[in-house]
Amino acid sequence: MLKLSRYVLHDILRSKVVIAYTLFLLAVAVTLFRMEDNTSKAVMSLTNIVLIVVPLVSMVFATIHYYNSYEFIELMLSQPVSRSRILMSEYFGTAFSMATAFLAGVGIPVLLFQPDAVGMALLLTGVLLTFIFTSLAFLASVLARDKARGIGIALMLWFYFALIYDGLVLSILFAFSDYPLESLTLALSSLNPVDLGRIFLMLKMDISALMGYTGATYKDFFGSSVGALYTIGIMVVWAIIPMLLAVRVFKKKDL
Amino acid sequence: MITIEHITKKFKKLHALDDVSAAFRKGQVVSLVGPNGSGKTTLIKSILGIVQPDAGQIYFNSKPIQSEVAYRDKIGYMPQIGRYPDNMTIGQVISMIKNIRNHGTRKLDEELIEQYGMHALMEKNMRSLSGGTRQKVSAVLAFLFDPEVLILDEPTAGLDPLASEILKEKIMREKEKGKLILITSHILADLDELTTDVMYLQDGKLRLYQSIGKLKELTGEERLGRAIASVMKSGYVQPTEQSGAIVKSMEVRYA
Repeated sequence: MLKLSRYVLHDILRSKVVIAYTLFLLAVAVTLFRMEDNTSKAVMSLTNIVLIVVPLVSMVFATIHYYNSYEFIELMLSQPVSRSRILMSEYFGTAFSMATAFLAGVGIPVLLFQPDAVGMALLLTGVLLTFIFTSLAFLASVLARDKARGIGIALMLWFYFALIYDGLVLSILFAFSDYPLESLTLALSSLNPVDLGRIFLMLKMDISALMGYTGATYKDFFGSSVGALYTIGIMVVWAIIPMLLAVRVFKKKDL
Repeated sequence: MITIEHITKKFKKLHALDDVSAAFRKGQVVSLVGPNGSGKTTLIKSILGIVQPDAGQIYFNSKPIQSEVAYRDKIGYMPQIGRYPDNMTIGQVISMIKNIRNHGTRKLDEELIEQYGMHALMEKNMRSLSGGTRQKVSAVLAFLFDPEVLILDEPTAGLDPLASEILKEKIMREKEKGKLILITSHILADLDELTTDVMYLQDGKLRLYQSIGKLKELTGEERLGRAIASVMKSGYVQPTEQSGAIVKSMEVRYA
């Protein structure tokens, strides 16, 4: 596995996209920290950007990378290398380079300006989201036959998780607002890794008071160490399951 | 060495392979011939596991090929259109495949690298290569590990006469070592000197699988091209229950 991942990494590092991504994150993070007097406000703004940008870039980059590596995959298929190994190497190569870019771009400023629990939680969430959305992108890529459709599916998934899902949850909450919904909202947030990440970070920032009674429920649950473990566990599951499905589809695919 | 049992493959409505069964032994040089789109490449790709048949089973040394990928270590494959990662050099591609396939100190067959003067080209980028040079890289990779089985899909297409002659001589030498070689080609004159058996596919069906001596005797033609042409005209269909066996009386009805 490592042998193949090395070539994948080598290939990715050559394309300048990862470097551009790192520089972009670095610029945003440094600007925010320099602009705000209060670093926790800066982290708040940074969180919002990370929750939108990291999933989007991870997905689009992973999808494009998959299609660009088609020749490599084709070449490997005629060699004594199993299909799951090929795909997993591609996945880890892509996810590691994106995560490294994130850690360099956001991690360095965070360590400089805000090296506390909130900062660490932000870095952890970013890395987990990178792995999750790279995994979803691979699933989208193996399902679609051509690049345009693959990127289309990836973008749809991003829209869904970043925008549409929240709308759906809100309308459910609104429609059933006469009932106690605290545990339902808890369950619903587990169905969207972006939401899960957002709640996890918000509660670390002690602004849950702004979220009313639901916020208190969240605080009770996510604020505890069990809650933190639960969040991380669910996010890891979110990374593993799409990739397992992707490997299953990939094994049966004609190339 | 390779046994194919009732392989069927459909691409949408097209029957690329329709219940094809055959057995290939050591020492055979089998020419796969047939019109464009008759299923030759699909058959080859099925043996390599690149295409997954809808039905049927393929055995390599009496083990089903799905059970493990190690059998591909014994195969050298030269694809019809060799596609390689664009941003790697020839040298990098070769060393990558070596790294992936070479377990320890297996002896490498670098004869073709010498004869094609490949050492001078090692620094060249795959993107900048002509079709013929790409084909030479494919040939080098197919023969490099001294595999027991060689699968060559249109090996001489795109090669200049000199390179093509070098390759043919190489195939001859490998044949003398008693390897199993599967070749497809539209240039029947190329195959004439090499081949021991002919397999003729049409519309995904196995129409004929005979030793060349028998084929020439039965059709009364000395040249492979003529012999195959007369089979094509006769509408002969291989009796399925004894594919690969010698047919005693073949009623050739000339059109």
